[in-house]
Formats: sequence, structure tokens, C-alpha cells
Amino acid sequence: MGEDVGRYGGAFGVSLGLLDEFGPDRVRDTPLSESAFVGAGIGAAIAGMRPIVEIMTVNFSLLALDQILNNAATLLHMSGGQVAVPLVIRMTTGAGRQLAAQHSHSLEGWYAHIPGIRVLAPATVADARHMLAPALADPDPVVIFEHGSLYNASGSPEPDGAPADLDSAAVRRSGTAVSLITYGGSLGKVLEAAERLAADGIDAEVVDLRTLRPLDDDTVIGSVRRTHRAVVADEGWRTGGISAEIAARIAEQAFYDLDAPVERVCAAEVPVPYAHQLEEAALPQVAGILAAVRRAVG
Amino acid sequence: MTARKRAHARRSADRAGGRAAHRQELLRDMVRIRRFEELCVELYSAGEIRGFVHLCIGEEAVSVGVLRALTQDDAVVTTYREHGHALARGIPAETVLAEMLGRITGCSRGRGGSMHLFDTGRRFYGGHGIVAGGLPVAAGLALADNLRDDGHLACCLFGDGAFAEGEFHETANLAALWELPLLLVCENNLYAMGTPLAREHAQIDLAARAASYGMVAWAVDGMDVLAVERATRRAAEIVREGHGPCFLELRTYRFRAHSMYDPDLYRDKAEVERWRHRDPITTLARRMHARPCARRWPPTTGSSSWARTSDATAAPSG
Ligand SMILES: Cc1ncc(C[n+]2csc(CCOP(=O)(O)OP(=O)(O)O)c2C)c(N)n1
Ligand SMILES: [Mg+2]
Repeated sequence: MGEDVGRYGGAFGVSLGLLDEFGPDRVRDTPLSESAFVGAGIGAAIAGMRPIVEIMTVNFSLLALDQILNNAATLLHMSGGQVAVPLVIRMTTGAGRQLAAQHSHSLEGWYAHIPGIRVLAPATVADARHMLAPALADPDPVVIFEHGSLYNASGSPEPDGAPADLDSAAVRRSGTAVSLITYGGSLGKVLEAAERLAADGIDAEVVDLRTLRPLDDDTVIGSVRRTHRAVVADEGWRTGGISAEIAARIAEQAFYDLDAPVERVCAAEVPVPYAHQLEEAALPQVAGILAAVRRAVG
Repeated sequence: MTARKRAHARRSADRAGGRAAHRQELLRDMVRIRRFEELCVELYSAGEIRGFVHLCIGEEAVSVGVLRALTQDDAVVTTYREHGHALARGIPAETVLAEMLGRITGCSRGRGGSMHLFDTGRRFYGGHGIVAGGLPVAAGLALADNLRDDGHLACCLFGDGAFAEGEFHETANLAALWELPLLLVCENNLYAMGTPLAREHAQIDLAARAASYGMVAWAVDGMDVLAVERATRRAAEIVREGHGPCFLELRTYRFRAHSMYDPDLYRDKAEVERWRHRDPITTLARRMHARPCARRWPPTTGSSSWARTSDATAAPSG
């Protein structure tokens, strides 16, 4: 359920056709009441349903933050293990479409701060397709962040492919010179940077985090131990972001393996501007990633 | 006397007997809640109970009248002022007390405390500390009942302060729109912490505002347990007819401060005294032409047979 998921087909067309296939009891258009319909998802989940709630975009999730944080993430613990909330919340995240300051947030790092929920950020068509079933099977709340610029990506995931592993990061490109750590909408830019680096003889490894909470330390730290250098690319703001968390974990767990300081490529610390050139300048780009890698491999 | 007349006399005597027994039970339940909370005050003063503790002393008619009118299959969602609701739901006083003492034997295994009492076996889903935060969850429980068509309802209790929150209005609209089996019970004790009703609401007729969402809504004397029980039964019937939610405004008053932290400086002592004359326990007792079971009134903990036999005072284990 969610705003315009039924007759309209979802603001980004994600649920197009579902109303016809599954009917109005299972595919519900809600009023513009983020708190009420997310909370209703929580209540229905408590009662044993397996609801999927769509929040149109991440900015509007702030109107439901009370329900997500104070209820969904908290009820199991504060009830002494009695109240499980098997709820899936999906929402669009990210910038890059000239939607200006109120529609371009990347708040998945914020959500990853919260114990009691799982935070997913699919970057590939296969993950977008195959993360949903295990998310629904999870006994706890799962929040899925879908980057708006990835909706037009195409691919042919196996229709009955195995459910995705929700606990592990994935090495999308193996390399030996530097670990490029990223997720979601930035993966494409990072892979492009890695190709350019290869042409210059720098063999970069690319780690796609996939799950922002809980973080897969083993894959990240294992990669850094092999390459001795790390660059984190994240469309969220730098201060207090998920990139800061990853850099801290590398410092805690692999400090003596590092040959250079950890580099971060993040969004500029401003509200995301509208004008095309300004927006480009505010977000991580391939050139910035390349520059960071060059500093790291020095 | 003819046989018919004798049978009629016997039936009405039975009815009167049944009614007296029922009222005796209501009285017992209200006294039990009050005794329990008086014990909480003692334990709080002794430093055994910590944190935020909100007492419902004065509001027992709401707890007992509402909870008695629901079935065991109905779901209950409530606020941080929920000791009375929990006890009236049948959660053993030992486990409620153990919870407040932070013990593993508590009804939320010591993770919740006074504000977060849970017992899913009794369909008691908390114990919510965010004003109005439980309302959307209750709508979701009602949605599940609706989809299963199981004839159960979800009952959400909340304060007059919650009525000012967006979450209340979002939920009222959603529940009416989707015709959910949701019973909304507003415990209007005239204050949201230190803010009186009229300084919080432009229109203080809360039932009238609830009715504007297209649901049946009315106000009831919340100091009269019989009226509360009757109204809740009626409201539950309406909800079970399947045309959507129903709203009750129960007009009541808390005799104690908002919480154990509150010095209670914002209201007139005379106002509190006036309301004490409408104490739900003495009101019912007077109506039964009997004195309440304590010898002294107001009763003090530990001095009467009620306190001794009540499981509230049983030593919590664990
Ligand atoms: C959203 C929110 N805002 C503020 C508070 C702090 N607070 C706790 S209780 C309370 C008053 C609530 O009044 P009411 O709903 O009438 O319930 P009562 O305490 O009178 O039973 C306030 C302001 C809170 N818990 N949640
Ligand atoms: Mg109040």
C-alpha cells in the first residue's frame, strides 16, 4: 500500500499492473498520510500480515519517521521479544534528476543508524528483483532504498532466481590496487571510474555494500586488507554519513593494513541545487572518484 | 401469588442479584487498580521504581468500563498511562509490577518499564510513549481484522492531548475511509501535561470533531463506570457492524500529577478537590448502597483486606 500505488501504478511505475492482478484488498491506494499508512503497515504486520508499504520518496518518509523509528524498529525490543514487525518499506532515494533541494535526499545512511531495522540499497536489476522476497521473509522491518536514477536500468534477472543474500556485500570487480566502496546509485559511476583506472594500469576492486545495516564488515575489511587502500563513494552528505561509518570501521579493524588515509567522495554539504551544472557539481562524479583514487595510490 | 408471578419475581430477583454481583466486580477492579498505583507511589518513593511513571488515579472507571466491554480477541493499544488498562485486561499485577521494577519476569521482560507494558497473549499491544503514536498501529491491527473478516476489533486508548496530533487525524480519516473496525477511545482528563484543554484545542467538543470524519462519536461521563461500560459495549457493537470506526470521548480527571516528575503547579487545588467528589470508586459504591470494602476512605495501602488479598502486593519474583 502507499500513495498512488494502485490506479496510478506508483509514482515511478513500480507497481504498474498490480491492482489488476491482485485486486484492491491487496493493492491499496492510501491518502497522503505517511504516518498513518506506515503505522497501519506496522499494525497489520504485528497481526501476522506481510505488508509492503511504499513511501513515494525518501523526503516524505520524514513524516513517518515516528512510526519507523519509535514503533517499527523498537516494538520487538521494548515488548521483551513479543511484538515482531515483519514489514517491508520501500522508497525512492537519491539525486541527479534536477528535482532540487526537497526531493534529492540520500538519507539511507541516517536510517542505517537505527538498530531494529535492516536497510537495503539495491544497485543492480537482479538485486532489485531478488531482494524483495527475502525482505518479506525477514521477521523484522526491512527498509529498501531504490535510487531514482536506476529505475530505467534494464536487465533480465532470472524470473525464479535464488533469493538474494541480505547479509553480504558483493565484490562487483576484483582488483588489487585500491578498494572502491559504494552502493546504490553510485555503483555505476564507481564501475566507470574503475574501467578508466584500468586503462591507466590501476587495478581497482569495487565493493557494493548492498546492505547498509547490518554492514558486512568481513567483505569490506577483507578487501582493504588485500588492496591496502580505500575510497568510499556515497551520495549522502559527508558529515556523519554512512561513509564516515565505513571509514571508522576501516580505521578500527584495518588500520595497520592501510598504506594511505581513507578517502571519501560525498555530496557537497549544501541542499541539492536545481540547475544542472550546480547539481552535477554537488554530487559525487567519476572525475572526483578518479582524483580521490590518485591521491590514495599516490 | 400465581406461578407466573412467582417465576417473574424470581427472574427479576436473579437479574438484580446478577447486577449486584457485576457491580461488585467493577468496584473490586477499580479498587484493585487504585491500590496497585498507591503501591507504585510507595515503591517510587523508595527508589525501587524509576523513570517516567504516569498514574491513572481518578480515571479507573475508564480502565474498567472500557476493557470489560471488549472481548479477549479484540486488540488493545494504549498510552504510557496504562497500568489500569493492563490490569483491567487481566495482565497479572505481579508481572506488571515486576516490569516496573525492571525484572526479567516483567510482562515486557524488563525492557519496557511503566510506559511499555505488553502482553500479546492477551492482545495487549502496549504501552506507547509517543503521544498519538499508537493510533496508526491500532488502525493496522484493525486492517488485519478487516481483511480476515474475523469479527474482532482494535481498541485504541489515548488522551485529549493526542487529539491535537496529526497522527490522530490521519488515523481517524484512514479508518473511516477504509471502514476499519477501530474503536477510538479518548480519555479526556482535561489536561495534556500542564496545558488545559481550552488552551490546546480551538474547539473543545472533541466528539463533534471526530464525528466530522464520518464516524459515530459521542461523549460520556468518564467518572461513571456503568456509563463507560454501557457506552463501550454500544460503540463496540457499532464497530462490529462493519461500517467503520466509532469514537468515544470519556470525560474524566486525574487526581494525581501528570507523572512522578510533575510538581503539579498549573491547576487549582480547589479544582482537584471538586473532582475528588466525583471519585469513580465512591460514586459506584454509593450507588450500590454499600460502602467500599476498605474501612477507611480514602484507603491507605496495606491497611485493608483488599490490599492484603490483592495480588498487587504479592512479592514479585525474579
Ligand atoms: C509526540 C509527543 N509529544 C510530547 C510528548 C511529551 N508528553 C508526554 S505526555 C504529554 C501530555 C499528553 O496529554 P494527553 O494526551 O491528554 O494524555 P494524558 O497524559 O493526559 O493522559 C506530553 C506532552 C510525547 N510523549 N509525545
Ligand atoms: Mg490528558
